[in-house]
Amino acid sequence: MGHFVPHTDAEIADMLAFLGLSSTEELFAVVPAALRLAGGLDMAPGLSEADVAAEMGRLAAANAVFPQLVCFAGGGVYDHDVPAATRSLTFRSEFVTAYTPYQPEVAQGVLQVIFEYQTMIARLAGLEVANASLYDGASALVEGVNLAVAASGRPSVWLSRGVNPSWRAVLATFAQGSGHQLVDVPLVDGCTAWPADGQAGAVVVQHPNYLGCLEDLAEARAVADRAGALLVVASDPVSTGLLHSPGVFGADVVVGEGQPFGTPMSFGGPLLGLFACRLAHVRRLPGRLVGQTRDVEGRLAYVTTLRTREQDIRREKASSNVCTNQTLIAVACAIQLSWLGTGGLRELALRCARGARYAREALLAVDGVEPLVPAPVLREFAVRTPLPAATVVERMADEGFLAGIPVPAEYGDGLLVAVTERRTRAEIDQFAAAFEKVVR
Amino acid sequence: MIGGAPGGRALSAPIMGRADEPTVFELSSPGRSAWSFRTTGVPEWTAEELVPAAHLRTKPLALPEVSERDLVGHVTRLSARQYSVDLGAYPLGSCTMKYNPKLCDDAAGLAGLAGAHPSAPAALTQGWLELLADLAARLCAVTGMHAATLQPPAGAAGELTGLLLMRAWHRDQGSRRTKVIIPDSAHGTNPASVTLGGYRTVTVPSDTRGCVDVAALRERLDDDVAGIMLTNPNTLGLFEEDIAEIAAAVHDVGGLLYYDGANLNAILGVTRPGDMGFDIVHMNLHKTFAVPHGGGGPGAGPVAVSERLAPYLPGPLPVARDDGTWEWSTPSRSIGRVHSWHGNALALARAYSYILANGGDGLRKVAEAAVLNANWLRHRLRATYDIPYDRPSMHEFVASAATLKHTAGVKALDVAKRLLDEGFHAPTVYFPLIVEEALMIEPTETESPQTMEALAQALERIAASPEGAAAAPRSTPVGRVDEALAARRLIPTWDARPSESAAPE
Repeated sequence: MGHFVPHTDAEIADMLAFLGLSSTEELFAVVPAALRLAGGLDMAPGLSEADVAAEMGRLAAANAVFPQLVCFAGGGVYDHDVPAATRSLTFRSEFVTAYTPYQPEVAQGVLQVIFEYQTMIARLAGLEVANASLYDGASALVEGVNLAVAASGRPSVWLSRGVNPSWRAVLATFAQGSGHQLVDVPLVDGCTAWPADGQAGAVVVQHPNYLGCLEDLAEARAVADRAGALLVVASDPVSTGLLHSPGVFGADVVVGEGQPFGTPMSFGGPLLGLFACRLAHVRRLPGRLVGQTRDVEGRLAYVTTLRTREQDIRREKASSNVCTNQTLIAVACAIQLSWLGTGGLRELALRCARGARYAREALLAVDGVEPLVPAPVLREFAVRTPLPAATVVERMADEGFLAGIPVPAEYGDGLLVAVTERRTRAEIDQFAAAFEKVVR
Repeated sequence: MIGGAPGGRALSAPIMGRADEPTVFELSSPGRSAWSFRTTGVPEWTAEELVPAAHLRTKPLALPEVSERDLVGHVTRLSARQYSVDLGAYPLGSCTMKYNPKLCDDAAGLAGLAGAHPSAPAALTQGWLELLADLAARLCAVTGMHAATLQPPAGAAGELTGLLLMRAWHRDQGSRRTKVIIPDSAHGTNPASVTLGGYRTVTVPSDTRGCVDVAALRERLDDDVAGIMLTNPNTLGLFEEDIAEIAAAVHDVGGLLYYDGANLNAILGVTRPGDMGFDIVHMNLHKTFAVPHGGGGPGAGPVAVSERLAPYLPGPLPVARDDGTWEWSTPSRSIGRVHSWHGNALALARAYSYILANGGDGLRKVAEAAVLNANWLRHRLRATYDIPYDRPSMHEFVASAATLKHTAGVKALDVAKRLLDEGFHAPTVYFPLIVEEALMIEPTETESPQTMEALAQALERIAASPEGAAAAPRSTPVGRVDEALAARRLIPTWDARPSESAAPE
């Protein structure tokens, strides 16, 4: 029996009588008999709450997480602390159980938080407009490229290999429909080696890139100008506490993954796609946008705006099909960025960079471990290991560490290691000692 | 004000009398902070020692500077200006907002689920792989399909995934088709997804009964049609009784049938898209199962397919080894990845716990109660509102305020705003597009007969006393919001200067 249907048998009988029916089966008379499912679903009966909790607990216990496994993996999802205030405020049921704010008069709470979120993301990007979020960094990249190709009228996309390979894979999947021509641009010594000439619609670079290296965004801007393209920058939003915002270098679109701000690693979802662009492109902005306005009595109010861009109105002419987004994760992000503030974000970025420097030096001191790339790094770095990286990860798990991510073959055999503000010196020292043991 | 600082006030004004809640930027007070970080013992190199000077920011990044108390007060006051399912009924047709059991929140919060990094080897995440594999199997059982991907992070992402599956399958049949057929009542995501999938939309009209006009469909079918996107029950809440005939006609020209799972909650345990002849099905887990919508997301949009399409699914997928353990495997002709990792995993865990709690019998009850509530309310309101397709509906129905508009000047929008004053969330308005002054109502299965009765009485009161409707709502945190002004003078951030250049198209 369902636990969550409130009707008593007597109430059901009354309601059926009102409809002139004698059984619930008659409610489905419109479904042709040949299509009716005889015998119901092939599925066990429902469980009690306690039994469900026990089963979910069993499945959860079958995964190795902290403190059993100390995380040094990143690649777009990072092990940051989520403070109590962020957790508590994000999961207020007024935010969790609201729908898309179609009735702004009773959705001012979510709308105002999103307006504040948009403001903070625009500042991180150094651009004028940010949307109300997308699914993940990969979907933000896809939408950013769609915008750039539409605005430039050129289907060719110069895609740096420094962009997260999983995001590039998603872009390649959706290019099967959009018809974009993806041109793979290689890395040399960890940084993108752009083509000398040619035309493109979008020039796409990640900064810091997948291997952790800092890219030359001024050069990328010049390359985009020569190619007649828009510059799309995939930016690690944590790094902007310390580094120039991509907008400073003239990025047209900035995308990123917002998970580091207030969301646990969650086995990779839900994540948070960050998206910002120049005001000139606001008509092509994907997804929702909240704007400030007034109510009939002149009070400040917030509302989703420029809806004519969106799929529910423009239908096949819409620039994007995004409807559901990640609002709750954006709420967490806005709360976390407010908790951090100006000083906290800088300190967070600095602590990541310090931890990465310390861990990199500790690992490079291990016999046979070498840098995969020489370039400067921020919070993530790649090393070449004496054993295949996948073997290292496997053996390090026995020592209590998730050692990192074995990078795809296109980068050479290497291990990508990430360090956040959560990792202590003691953990890093133990990590390096275990590394020495398993690669010996 | 001490030191001129605006932050730090603790007043309940926004709830107790319609005062504005300042933005967090206005509450900011230079030098105030909430953050603290753990003691790590890592050497404290300076920024200049770590990063080349050319990259270092020269101006601090301006974020709010507030105490934790300021922040908690601000966000809590904002939460009091927000309607939600936990607060009251949300009869938002086509969107399905129903109560989600709290046990699902607990499941998603388990450290063993939320604390897992997605790149961890399968051997270290066996619980996750088992959960995802069993969820996929159960979704196949519900839909009558062969295999499923859980990667799409939303229904619309599932649509686009489905269309790319369609494209890849036709390509392997040696056929390059250009058109996808969509009913005129379809969700806006359908035509938008068709375009992004590289196809052209061909619209098929609804007949007088509110279903696909089968004769008109036949006129549109040719060798260039890749497929048709349908939901059944359709967007008017009506079951497409001719679905077998439609399926045969589309298959006859080599097309595929795509099922938009927006309305799957109506048929749980009653009938299955696979039995109706569909080849591809997406599910909105936040509608049919249990994922709260979070003010707009996250949701999850798994896609299930028939056997011939299974090799094309996005991967990797969890598969069982002979020894009962799990590993990742990518289908042989996979279209590729559609999400950074494995989809909205915690949303999937919520849905899974909901399916376990309900079981096969409980899911059938969900459909029964949802359909019972919708029919009861339609029957009840037929004396007061126009019901353009007044025949047995499934989980939702469309009413119309057309007569009310012509006789008393009250539009669907006015009814919606008046309903807010009555303490209910409004239904979906002006959709589907083929109904004038549409009010699309979906009570869902979690609302009691008493709530149904109260909702019916509220709608009757609005129709009986139409005067002053244009001034509604009056009891909400703000009055009727000027949506046109927001578009005309675009203010998308707190930093923005209102720009008249952003005039509507």
